[in-house]
Amino acid sequence: MINGISINYYLLLSTVLFIIGAIGVMARRNSIIIFMCIELMLNAVNLLLVAFSTLHHDASGQVFVFFIMAVAAAEVAVGLAILSMIYRNVKSIDTNLLSNLKN
Amino acid sequence: MLGYTITQWLFGILSFLAIMFALMVVFSRNPVNSVLYLVMTFFCIAGHYLLLNAQFLAVVHIVVYAGAIMVLFLFVIMLMDLNQDSEPQRTMVTKIIAGVAGGLMLFVLVGSLKGTEQLNLSSYGSSQIGTVKNLGKVLFSEFLFPFEIASVLLLAAMVGAIMIGKKDIK
Repeated sequence: MINGISINYYLLLSTVLFIIGAIGVMARRNSIIIFMCIELMLNAVNLLLVAFSTLHHDASGQVFVFFIMAVAAAEVAVGLAILSMIYRNVKSIDTNLLSNLKN
Repeated sequence: MLGYTITQWLFGILSFLAIMFALMVVFSRNPVNSVLYLVMTFFCIAGHYLLLNAQFLAVVHIVVYAGAIMVLFLFVIMLMDLNQDSEPQRTMVTKIIAGVAGGLMLFVLVGSLKGTEQLNLSSYGSSQIGTVKNLGKVLFSEFLFPFEIASVLLLAAMVGAIMIGKKDIK
């Protein structure tokens, strides 16, 4: 199905998506939005892995993406549990208010 | 159509939509809108997977990300009762610095691509690698041990999430 598209376009697309995620991590204060931007960065890397797996006719890249999805699911489950615990104690998830670990 | 093939049109449209929705995730004021835009971004990326002959991954991506992870995000946002009014904003200076830093990182990464060889993707001989049959064979022969480790990781994450989320740990 894919024919005549250079791998460089996929490199550019993944780079742009990754940078958007990175800017989101730097520019936002809401912890949940920061989490979502991390998901965006993971997805940019996944897209590039699949593109290179198609380029080299090798299934290993797609299996890596499968494992990255499993790790991302585990990370989100634990991270959101921590965030809801913090919200229960501090009544906020603003990163500026969460700068100290004690009190 | 203007000298482009249908695949190139699909690639361009999907890329444009993915980048637009990704930008909306970052710039949207309301966290619930951000989650919905991120779901749209994931659908666009699933379309890219279909273009790249990774059918199984496209389905798993929609089920796991759009179906499971994003619903988890939505539930947590609704539990915390976040909306536009309670949304904390960084100062303008910090936002500009973040934009400049991201722009410089983009500049370096794109600059490193300059002068590289143009390799075209072709579906010749690769249309079968993304099927369930082939991926299952690779997953359960070459990657059997990492697969088992991933199951232990998921179990540990599940136990950890429950332990952290409990109100009082006795």
